[in-house]
Amino acid sequence: MAHNEHIVSSYEDELTNLQSAISEMGGMVEQSITESVTALLRLDHTRAQEVRAFDKRVDEMQQRINDMAVSIIARRQPMAADLRMVVTSIQVANDLERTGDMAKQLAKRALQIESLSLAPKFYNGVKHMADLVARQLKAALDAYAGRNAEAAVDVCNRDNEVDAMHTSLFRELLTYMMEDPRNITQCTHLLFCTKSLERVGDHATNVAEAAYYLQTGRHLSADELLRQHS
Amino acid sequence: MTEQTVTTAIHSVHTSGAARGRLRKRYRAERIFKLLGQLAILVSVAFLVTLLSTIVWKGLPAFTYNFASIPFDLSAVDTSNLAKADYDAVVREGIRARFPDVTSRSDRKLLGSLLSSGAPIILREQVLAHPADLDRADAFSVPISDYADLYLKGQITASTWEDGGVAATVGSDGETITLTASEVRFGPVLATIARRLESEAVATRSRLAGALRSQERMTAELAGLNAQIAAGPAAADRVWIDAGVARLTTALAALATQIADLEAAATELEARAVSAKDGESLTPADPSLLIYAGDAAIKVEALTPTTASGVLLHGGVPTDLSGWRMRLIDVSEANRKLSDREIVWTDQLVAEGYVKAGFNWIFATRGASREPEMAGVLGALVGSILTLVVTLGLSFPIGVGAAVYLEEFAPKNRWTTFIEVNINNLAAVPSIVFGLLGLAVFLNFFGLDRSAPYVGGMVLALMTLPIIIIASRAALRAVPPSIREAAFGIGASPLQTVMHHVLPLAMPGIMTGTIIGMAHALGETAPLLMIGMVAFVVDIPGGFADPATLLPVQIFMWADFPEPAFEQRTSAAILVLLGFLVAMNALAVILRKQFERRW
Amino acid sequence: MIEESLTVANAPTAAAAPPAAREIGKVRGRNVNVFYGEKQALFDVNLDIERNQVTSLIGPSGCGKSTFLRCINRMNDTIPICRVTGEILLDGEDIYNPDIDVVELRARVGMVFQKPNPFPKSIFENVAYGPRIHGMAQDKNELEEIVISSIRRAGLWAEVKDRLAEPGTSLSGGQQQRLCIARAIATKPEVLLMDEPCSALDPIATAVIEELIDELRENFTIVIVTHSMQQAARVSQKTAFFHLGKLIEEGGTEDIFTNPKHKQTQDYITGRIG
Repeated sequence: MAHNEHIVSSYEDELTNLQSAISEMGGMVEQSITESVTALLRLDHTRAQEVRAFDKRVDEMQQRINDMAVSIIARRQPMAADLRMVVTSIQVANDLERTGDMAKQLAKRALQIESLSLAPKFYNGVKHMADLVARQLKAALDAYAGRNAEAAVDVCNRDNEVDAMHTSLFRELLTYMMEDPRNITQCTHLLFCTKSLERVGDHATNVAEAAYYLQTGRHLSADELLRQHS
Repeated sequence: MTEQTVTTAIHSVHTSGAARGRLRKRYRAERIFKLLGQLAILVSVAFLVTLLSTIVWKGLPAFTYNFASIPFDLSAVDTSNLAKADYDAVVREGIRARFPDVTSRSDRKLLGSLLSSGAPIILREQVLAHPADLDRADAFSVPISDYADLYLKGQITASTWEDGGVAATVGSDGETITLTASEVRFGPVLATIARRLESEAVATRSRLAGALRSQERMTAELAGLNAQIAAGPAAADRVWIDAGVARLTTALAALATQIADLEAAATELEARAVSAKDGESLTPADPSLLIYAGDAAIKVEALTPTTASGVLLHGGVPTDLSGWRMRLIDVSEANRKLSDREIVWTDQLVAEGYVKAGFNWIFATRGASREPEMAGVLGALVGSILTLVVTLGLSFPIGVGAAVYLEEFAPKNRWTTFIEVNINNLAAVPSIVFGLLGLAVFLNFFGLDRSAPYVGGMVLALMTLPIIIIASRAALRAVPPSIREAAFGIGASPLQTVMHHVLPLAMPGIMTGTIIGMAHALGETAPLLMIGMVAFVVDIPGGFADPATLLPVQIFMWADFPEPAFEQRTSAAILVLLGFLVAMNALAVILRKQFERRW
Repeated sequence: MIEESLTVANAPTAAAAPPAAREIGKVRGRNVNVFYGEKQALFDVNLDIERNQVTSLIGPSGCGKSTFLRCINRMNDTIPICRVTGEILLDGEDIYNPDIDVVELRARVGMVFQKPNPFPKSIFENVAYGPRIHGMAQDKNELEEIVISSIRRAGLWAEVKDRLAEPGTSLSGGQQQRLCIARAIATKPEVLLMDEPCSALDPIATAVIEELIDELRENFTIVIVTHSMQQAARVSQKTAFFHLGKLIEEGGTEDIFTNPKHKQTQDYITGRIG
């Protein structure tokens, strides 16, 4: 719902700053994921190093958001939607930080895979999943920023797809490993990567749930999901 | 504007020279105001102090009186019928016994006036009160006359005492006694007499001058008329011209005699004035000169620089002149009410210890009287108290009740506003109107007793009621509404709220209003005059229906009487009135403190 | 200012069937409208106050919450131009019924005011006054018992136990307010009305009173009007939001303050201009 300006403009500014910080952190993390996936698929070591270094900034961002939230609670005693916004921002920042860690993991993997390149048939599936997960993350963050409950529900529903894709990729990589023992190293690495991506998907879902809670004040229940799905 | 200039501008709003100048002006205005206030207080205090000190100065002497406890011979009194004894005779005999030398009729009469004319009455009262003390010689004391008392207080005259200083001898030729001093001793007194003669001469001369001027004027007039005759007037005119001539001629003749007399008198006075230093006689117009030697007091009638001769006022011809003294009494005998003889007798009584000053219990216990020494303030005091009791008893409950009703219970509509306006107006009505009301309604219509305290009380109550109502309403209004709310909130009914909470809080204000009203009523004279409380009431009123007078009325009456002793008593009565007022105020303050403390 | 009758305390009320047990201590407002002369201050208010709970009435200034509060113990009767329509049921009976004795009603519905207003009497007398005029004690000992237990209940005993004879006005602000609470509960009311009881107190005194309200909740139904939303959030179980004379929303305190249904409520409690 559209909200009016706060009477105390400094309070309004603080809330806006908090919201912007979340968006900013979201952007940073989205970029991290994209970059780490690219680094992985291209085995670009430079990029991977950059992603690893970047994670420190993401962590700082989370701490900053935490501090801002605590400060607002202590000084402003926020109520209702403001309270939900502040509390969910802590949760979202936490999820985003974990996502950032996942990106770092991917980058580490990229550095560990000792070869010059990955076979396309290996990384296609991973790329596909990465795209899906990246889209989920973006959609969740958009739903959070835009306070769009419906979009949030969509994201939660589509988590099934992510899980399904993870399962199929798992089987695929297993097949490749059984075909040729020389593939085992790469495919194992890629297995771990898909796991990380699946976790990113879960975090995105968390963000979407937070968006739903922020907007409606209720927790997303199974019934709600069902209703949307049908 | 940059931030710097903005802040500088803001800073300079209060610190610039112009701002400081304004501040100085404000301080000056404050100082001037304070000074004016102090000045006002000073002026008020000065007035107050002047007023009070004048009254106290004049009134304090009235609280003491000189009483004579000479032994009265009451052996002849019939103990079974004390009331009917002849106390006049007893008093007369008593005073005569003190001065056995006084024999002539006129002297005896003079002696009798040394004691108060009410002395027999006082004696009788005392005998009746203490019949067992009949045999004691000094049991009873009576007041001396008012002039003798005034003399003893120094209000009649002052006198100058001088030691004789020089040796002297005395001689007598039966009627006149002459004292011869070894040196010139009486010069100063003669000089005083000379001065008096001179001033009399001057006065005579001016009267002479006036007469001469009249003579001139009349002579001129006569000449004019004669001229007219010479000019040949008409017959009608001639008639009154002749009448005028006749009139003037007679007048001139009389004037001539008068002028001659005046001339003679003036000349004589001048001659005497010049020769006075060699010897003169003392007239009653001169200050009195008395010579005391031994137990004798001699009034000097003729004086030379070395001799003084006169009559014996008291005692026998003195033989031992070693410590003889002179006394010059400043006010001449003609100008005072106490003769030299009486002065000497009074002094004698004091010297013998028969007359002593004491608390003036007569003033404190008796009612009004025509004689100043017998006049007391108790009657008026009791009358005032009784009247005020009635006033308080009527106006306080009615006034407070009306205020409570109007303030707490009455609906706010046109009627209550009308009543409020009228009550305010009534407070401003001149008090004499209430007197007229009392006269018309209480005395004429209802036929109540004139001069009774309860009627006076009712009239004063009418007058005090508006004041009490207004003050009470203000006091009630000043009670914060939070108290009423709290009382209502706890479930108190409106009456309980008022009686238990509002009224006690308003009580100090109500008491203040009551005291103002009472003080007002205490000093009121006009309305009470109208209802007849001006009667000359001798007895102390015993109840509310007995005729009575009040302090202000009493003061008013006493101020009219001519005797100088009454002047003292008027001031003393004012002091009693003020004391009564202070006592009432003190009582009110104590009651207020009680209320304030208790709650 | 005027009451319709100067009835003495303990005058019998109209005989009525004893209230249902679950109604005792419960206040129901039905279609309550209040007019000050021509101006209407409350529009059709329907509100239930649950027993043994704290209900807070919140809203901006002039919204009618104090007016509604004062209707419950008919304090508005003291204002001549005030007119109340509708019903307010206490224990199931309408208190605006002409048969109801308003003096007795105020013993059953106590009130604590914004500014502490102890009587200028001794502490003991302050608390004893109510029971005394309502004839609640047979003798001095009983009265003393009532007074002491009320003061204990109000959490003031430790501080005043050896100075009961001192004037009530010699206490501090917070103590005075607790004295007023003791005074109100001395008449053993069923309902306790509090009109911004802490607005004149410092935070510590406020906290003490809030703790007290929590304890009193067991035995009394409490309705509190407050300007501080934080206080309403801390202290009450049910909250009613008034705006411009209308009851906008009412519900559980947690719900109102975390997820209100109406935008007006949301705007008010988050501090946004409507």
